Amino acid sequence: MALLRSRRAIPYLLMAPGLLWLLLFFVIPNVQMLVFSLSEGTLRTGFTTPPDVWDIENYTGSISKFSGNFSNSIVYGGLATILCFLIGYPLAYAIAFKGGRWKNLLLFLVIAPFFTSFLIRTISWKIILGNDGPVLAIARDVLHLVPANFSIIGSPLAVVGGLTYQFLPFMVLPLYVSIEKVDRRLIEAAQDLYAGPWRRGGMIAGALFGAFALIALQVGLGYGAFIGEDAAPAAVAAAALVGALVGGLVGAFLISQSFIRVTFPLSLPGVFAASILTFIPAIGDYVNPQLLGSPKTQMVGNVIQGRFLDQNDYPIAAALAFLLMAGILLAIFLYAKLLGTEELTGGTA
Amino acid sequence: MPEVEVRLTQVYKAFGGDATGRRVAKYTDPNEAGLIVAVDHIDLEVQDGEFFSLLGPSGCGKTTTLRMIGGFEQPTSGKIELAGQDVTWLPPYKRNVNTVFQNYALFPHLTIFDNVAFGLRRRQVPEAEVRQRVSEMLTLVELPGYERRKPGQISGGQAQRVALARALVNKPAVLLLDEPLGALDLKLRKQMQLELKRIQQEVGITFIYVTHDQEEAMTMSDRIAVMNRGHYEQLGDPETLYERPATAYVAGFLGVSNLLPATLGTRDGDYVAATLADGATVRVPSSVVEGKSDIRIGVRPEKIRLSKEGAVIPDRMNRLEGRVVDASYLGASTSYVIESKSGERLTVFEQNVERTSHGSLHRPGEDVLLAWSPDHTFAVGTDRAAPTQASTTA
Repeated sequence: MALLRSRRAIPYLLMAPGLLWLLLFFVIPNVQMLVFSLSEGTLRTGFTTPPDVWDIENYTGSISKFSGNFSNSIVYGGLATILCFLIGYPLAYAIAFKGGRWKNLLLFLVIAPFFTSFLIRTISWKIILGNDGPVLAIARDVLHLVPANFSIIGSPLAVVGGLTYQFLPFMVLPLYVSIEKVDRRLIEAAQDLYAGPWRRGGMIAGALFGAFALIALQVGLGYGAFIGEDAAPAAVAAAALVGALVGGLVGAFLISQSFIRVTFPLSLPGVFAASILTFIPAIGDYVNPQLLGSPKTQMVGNVIQGRFLDQNDYPIAAALAFLLMAGILLAIFLYAKLLGTEELTGGTA
Repeated sequence: MPEVEVRLTQVYKAFGGDATGRRVAKYTDPNEAGLIVAVDHIDLEVQDGEFFSLLGPSGCGKTTTLRMIGGFEQPTSGKIELAGQDVTWLPPYKRNVNTVFQNYALFPHLTIFDNVAFGLRRRQVPEAEVRQRVSEMLTLVELPGYERRKPGQISGGQAQRVALARALVNKPAVLLLDEPLGALDLKLRKQMQLELKRIQQEVGITFIYVTHDQEEAMTMSDRIAVMNRGHYEQLGDPETLYERPATAYVAGFLGVSNLLPATLGTRDGDYVAATLADGATVRVPSSVVEGKSDIRIGVRPEKIRLSKEGAVIPDRMNRLEGRVVDASYLGASTSYVIESKSGERLTVFEQNVERTSHGSLHRPGEDVLLAWSPDHTFAVGTDRAAPTQASTTA
């Protein structure tokens, strides 16, 4: 009896360290933050906390005051997630389906950047993309593609590019796992059932993606500002045309019906997991906008960091943190509703 | 005269040396080092509307042959024709052929309806016609009302029917079936065998069926090709293959057979005399020994009659003396192992109609006479070894 009772206790014992950890370092700090977010005062003046004061103004005021930072976070985080997906899906697909005996090496290369500090890698990008860096040296001085006063650092694109680079492995690994799991016989079955190349659909989808990507690139770089208002529409049109042509060709020849109808739908649970894993850290990031961006491209994370560490304004910082958390939770909830994963995997009887 | 629906001409398929783990025969090409041969120069003609089986143990090349007809593999050399058109290099989606896969390969994210409609929709069939043809097909496989379920919500037998419907709804010229009943339990398998045959007769489509189960092949097929090491040893209807196997391999793969080394003697009308190792002379139909010199004669266990020593046996029968080594009671019949004077062991099945209440009709140690009709005697060459019995029941 004593043995039986102790056996029943084993799962709880195994969970205990984790639960204790979460209690100490997640639940208690969050309660503390919640209290701060409704308080008044700064570190210097001291805080007046609930129940003496319930300062809802911290929330309502922050939303309007920092709406620009919020929209930066959403747009940059969202764009980085989409870019990660566009880069990561073909990569994960290639490793899973064509990797052969190089699979493990390729996966290792995907996570290899993690062996260097996050900060060091971001600073490296600052140097690579900087005004004296190799990218501009080629594009500006050798190819004369951009005007002399052109710079990449400070543009929204640099921030989005940095975020995309940092979180790409978070996208690739879950995608790889779900694509790898797709039964190859299902693809053969689809081909057997007349699923051939996806010419027209692939061309349209590819053209749309290509045009979008090149327009986003131009706008993100703030290219229009350098060449003048008059020339901007023509440049956008040219970018759209080039993007559509390249994307259309790629789509028409590389995308098959069996991919659209079988492989991709079956990998959607992985797409769901990967995009959440990418979007959450990307939207809360403050290192990339600080090192690669300008004062105009600051995200919510920068404001929170500044309020906490520089201005010691804990109430506003805590309120912003909670607002960000609530926003992310809401977004994930809507996303899960939209992409309900159970429906996709076939469910169980 | 039925038309030839599928024609294979000198089809040869070899995989490179790194083919380990692939589903291929494991023997190497004697002429080209490093190549693993799966299919070795096969010529095959399948008639329109025929139920044709490729029968053989795993690794004999039957699945590779099927996959080449389906377009999932390309032959190293040779030609594959469908209804007169050369399709050797066409991808699967351009062939008027559909496949029922070994583990069904139903799309788990689609409903039963969408699974069955998949092929029609890829071929831009109008949606109203799709609905009509899918529901007709689900009625044919006796699954109406299952349209909205997912593959995860139906049983193995039902999944099998859906896989069949998904392929047949496209009205292919040829339906390829790759061990489709392998995952079902015995009872369901027997039931599905009869059902497959019924459906095949109803739709009149050519079926090419791959199996390692000789009984399954015999039950359903019009013709069977018995495959071994990349080619077929004999091709014929089930009765011919059983009654007149041409090689020791075929004789051993389809049922139990007794093979005895023999020396051919003089011809006497429709029969040829053959002398066995113990000196006994038996008669063999001359048609079965034509073109063969070095032979073993064969007889199926159920064709042999056992009688007590000294019993009178008609002259026209073949006879052999022997001693009972073992007798096993199998319910409907008794299986005896008999040793001939020259030491060969024969298996004999006797129906238990004359069985007495106190045990077997013949006891171990008893001397007996074996008798069988010369017409039930077949002959095989001695060039190939018979496969072990174990490989037929895998």
